[in-house]
Amino acid sequence: MIVSLTAEKLACVRGDRQLFSGLDFEVKSGEVLVVEGANGVGKTSLLRLIAGFLPPAKGAVRIAIDEQVISDGEERGPLVGWLGHQDGIKPQLSVAEQLEFFAHLYGARTELEGVLTRVGLLRQRMLSCRYLSAGQKKRLGLARLVVSARPLWLLDEPFAALDTNGRALASELMQAHCGRGGIVVAASHDPFGFAARKLRLGAA
Amino acid sequence: MSLAFRSLLMRDLRLAARSGGSAFLALAFFALMATLVPLGVGADLRLLARVAAGVLWVGAVLAALLSLDRLYQGDFDDGSLDLIALSPLSLEQVALAKFLAHWLSTGLPLTLLSPLLALFFGLAGRGTEMLALSLLIGTPAVSAVGAIGASLTLSLKRGGLILPLLILPLLTPVVIFGAGAVSAALDGLANGALGLLAGFSAAAVLLSPFVTAACVRLNLAG
Repeated sequence: MIVSLTAEKLACVRGDRQLFSGLDFEVKSGEVLVVEGANGVGKTSLLRLIAGFLPPAKGAVRIAIDEQVISDGEERGPLVGWLGHQDGIKPQLSVAEQLEFFAHLYGARTELEGVLTRVGLLRQRMLSCRYLSAGQKKRLGLARLVVSARPLWLLDEPFAALDTNGRALASELMQAHCGRGGIVVAASHDPFGFAARKLRLGAA
Repeated sequence: MSLAFRSLLMRDLRLAARSGGSAFLALAFFALMATLVPLGVGADLRLLARVAAGVLWVGAVLAALLSLDRLYQGDFDDGSLDLIALSPLSLEQVALAKFLAHWLSTGLPLTLLSPLLALFFGLAGRGTEMLALSLLIGTPAVSAVGAIGASLTLSLKRGGLILPLLILPLLTPVVIFGAGAVSAALDGLANGALGLLAGFSAAAVLLSPFVTAACVRLNLAG
């Protein structure tokens, strides 16, 4: 059970430019943190930093889970459910193959048909991913997120390319995830369908 | 073999086998090159048998190289590599799975095709056996060294162009020992080249996952 995600005096440098520094926040189990800010302010970099892809220039990211605190970047990986702005979808694979691959890779035990029904892709499950629209790819990304069954969701523009139903679905999935005690950190400009804490980057 | 490891291996094999995949491309390239060389050199069978090992070895290395740039770049470009990096597998295991998939989809089929292509060169039975054996032992080194180059250049837009410049010099021992083993077998000489080839190959396969994982780490942070 995840307890909290903490950032301490976090600083991020890309190239020779400092994006942010001295960033402190704590997100507790069941909370959503929405990261806002102008383009290029470092929202995606912050997510990559939390996921452990980027080492922080200064400061630390800690995840408290069960009785232990994990601060090493690569140890954080298996806790993270990732929805990036790139879809991670291979045009040569079918929808079902794509989802099954990630389920096996992540050692998930979820029943896939139920998840595909939930995101509205059951009818397309044998369809090659090359024929999916941008919105359908996003839905497949959401399905992958649910299947991964990870406690910490890091979402980059979760509502982009989705239609009205899709946005509602994404909101529902996030709320359900928090209801189970998970944590969501999302970079987004869109209004969420529910109350969420906000972190504004570059406001200082 | 864990389910996660197997699923990554199977996915890469499946991608290699599907349309636009690397497996068929490498085989077709190898076969076409092996057909063109005798046409260019002429019908002197003694001469052809002499150059067969060298030509087929160079052909196999170039054919395996064709698909190398996509080994990591494809997954990097579409964001799959991020998702794979977050799996329970370590990046070293990921590198091992991708190396295996590359060898199984290029090195192994090239080895199996080589006796047929050796016919075009009039290579004697002894030489053909040694050619196939040296390819079997040596092509893992091609995939292993190639994977290092592929992971190093994965974020470069035209990485595929730099890749051969980077790794072909490193593969000279493979071509020298591989073709050397066949020449020695044809001349009926004692064959040290095969042992050296096996040594180089073992070292490359053992080291490659660690170096490749370090390169992937570097690129994910970049």
